[in-house]
Amino acid sequence: MADTPIPLEVRNIKKRFGDTEVLKGLSLQAHKGDVITLIGASGSGKSTFLRCMNLLEQPNEGELIVHGEPIRFKETKHGREPADWKQVVAMRAKLSMVFQSFNLWAHMTLLENVIEAPVHVLGKSKQEATAHARQLLERVGLGERADYYPAQLSGGQQQRGAIARALAMDPEVMLFDEPTSALDPELVGDVLKVMRDLAEEGRTMIVVTHEMAFARDVSTQVIYLHQGQVEEAGPPEQVLGNPRSERLKQFLAPKH
Amino acid sequence: MIDLHGYGPRLFEGALITVELAVLSLLLAVVLGLATATAKMSRHWWLHRLGTLYTTLIRGVPDLVLMMLLFFGGQIGINMFTDWLYYQFDVDIFINVNEFVAGVGTIGLIFGAYMGETFRGAFLAVDSGQIEAGRAYGMSHWLVFRRIRFPQMMRHALPGLSNNWMVLLKTTALVSVIGLSDMVRVAAEASKATREPFTFMIIVAVIYLLIASVSEWGFARLQKRYDIGYGEAD
Amino acid sequence: MDALMNWLEAQLADNSIFTLQTLSYYGDGLVTTVQLVFMSLIIGLVMAIPLAIGRGSKKAWIRLPIFFYCYVFRGTPLLVQLYLIYYGVVFIEGIQDTWLWVILEKPFVPALIAFTLNTGAYTTEIFRGAIKSTPRGEIEAARAYGMSWGLMLRRIVLPSAFRRALPAYGNEVIFMLHASAIASVVTIMDLTGAARFVYARFYAPFDAFLFVAAIYLCLTFSIIYFFRHLEKRLLAHLKPASG
Repeated sequence: MADTPIPLEVRNIKKRFGDTEVLKGLSLQAHKGDVITLIGASGSGKSTFLRCMNLLEQPNEGELIVHGEPIRFKETKHGREPADWKQVVAMRAKLSMVFQSFNLWAHMTLLENVIEAPVHVLGKSKQEATAHARQLLERVGLGERADYYPAQLSGGQQQRGAIARALAMDPEVMLFDEPTSALDPELVGDVLKVMRDLAEEGRTMIVVTHEMAFARDVSTQVIYLHQGQVEEAGPPEQVLGNPRSERLKQFLAPKH
Repeated sequence: MIDLHGYGPRLFEGALITVELAVLSLLLAVVLGLATATAKMSRHWWLHRLGTLYTTLIRGVPDLVLMMLLFFGGQIGINMFTDWLYYQFDVDIFINVNEFVAGVGTIGLIFGAYMGETFRGAFLAVDSGQIEAGRAYGMSHWLVFRRIRFPQMMRHALPGLSNNWMVLLKTTALVSVIGLSDMVRVAAEASKATREPFTFMIIVAVIYLLIASVSEWGFARLQKRYDIGYGEAD
Repeated sequence: MDALMNWLEAQLADNSIFTLQTLSYYGDGLVTTVQLVFMSLIIGLVMAIPLAIGRGSKKAWIRLPIFFYCYVFRGTPLLVQLYLIYYGVVFIEGIQDTWLWVILEKPFVPALIAFTLNTGAYTTEIFRGAIKSTPRGEIEAARAYGMSWGLMLRRIVLPSAFRRALPAYGNEVIFMLHASAIASVVTIMDLTGAARFVYARFYAPFDAFLFVAAIYLCLTFSIIYFFRHLEKRLLAHLKPASG
């Protein structure tokens, strides 16, 4: 095990928007099979942190090491940018993201959405990608809906479709950005069930979420962020079951 | 039957010139429009300025004035250039500005400015999440453009595009002024020669309406194609 | 700055094109263009109001002819309309012997008719759109207060429709200014006519057409400025209140 590289490692990520520093030096290691949940109040920087991991946001400082390969950066007059966009593109193909607002491509059917990146980014044949896509859609319970357009599906169905799209990339790590926050309460369950299944089969996942039950039951590590810093981190039974910091206690206290 | 006094074939040729001129101008305008929209959304301030200058100038001056400036001025500009070539390098060439090329060039240039605005608005109307999803899945800039931004932009651009096309089609009539034998010029000549302006002008008007109706139908079909996947959402 | 002034002075002292005489051609052309555009816009506007109302009529014999008029005049080039009316008038049998010929002899009147009919059609459609988009609630409220159809039209529908039509109508005014350049095709000495004359006389296309382009540009900006000002005053009530 020691010689397989760690799927994703980030070190000392800092991010500023104008004068405000929203991430103040965050680090994380995702080993194979880890399910890391990031929790925190809105504005704590958890989504920004996740978006820095695949460089949808450019961190001002810090290192990013994907499967043992560090991403190279250079300084430009617009700030720090990746030195080699090809490297970034290849890196992103290994980290699939699932978005809060699904972001399924509206002009493509569900099936077309799922095969788009495997065919055009990974260079798979259309037949192979389609066969795989049908299996995945079956798995998330949307086998019948392959030829529907996103607008014809409910939010929960769209999000499960988006998870199938992420799986089709055979990602090293899956990034979930508040995947259930935009859903009606009765639709949340189906999506969480799919995510639990993925965790059980040993997928490496990093999940930004408000679903404390999911964090408690599924994750191997919980990180509580406050104002761009790690306030508390550790196994869920410790962080959620026995919080030390006053802020985290308040955050976890039942609301009405 | 209407008596065309033998002008029938020439009128038909003129109609073909009108259509060719309009289609080629449209192609040029689309290319220029995409370039302008890109320039205006660029983060380089000078590209942005350049795009704004182009659209402002073109939209502030009558089509006919621009056309005559480019047609008559273009010839003199080219003559000056070939003279210079002759004196400097002893190269003797003669380039004549062809009316058709001048027509396509001017109309394309004019409508490139209008298309630029249409495309810019349409690009901005594409939901940023759609583009982000593409980037998150490792698509290159060009792939995102080709597979996501362009098809989604087209849906928003089509009404404006169709509108610009209708105006462009009518603008082609102006080339008759710089001497191109489009159907308006043929009809004007025939009107004077036969003293039957109504016959010829009404025929030309009907052809314009016919082309407009056919293209309207075509655009409606295109819109349907690009609207795919949106119908149920609205 | 000094260098620029010196250059300009040298240009003016040493130029054979922009003499007082040619400048007066441009001046007369400006007057003709403004007259032509202004008159056709005013008459077209007056025409368009009843037409726009009639365009939405339930009676087909009112609605359809107006629809047809708008369809034809918006669907064909203004140049074709101008030719049709210009040559149409000239070639009417015996017209040159009547008193009408005194007016119609000059191309100004046929051009005015063509421009008016053209802008009338566009303006009708603009108003039609604005009337159609009157909020239903406003009409219902007017009915609920017992207003008659005419009163409602006059007091509620039209005033709000005019304001909503303003931006589109501003574009139409600019469009007419630019379209008026084709008046020069039927030998009217408008701004473009003056430029064509100067070009033909001195064979100086850049000087002749760039100068007139600059004048049109100034006119266009003035119109834009005017309508922006008007919109600010008349559409202020549609903006969300601040503070």
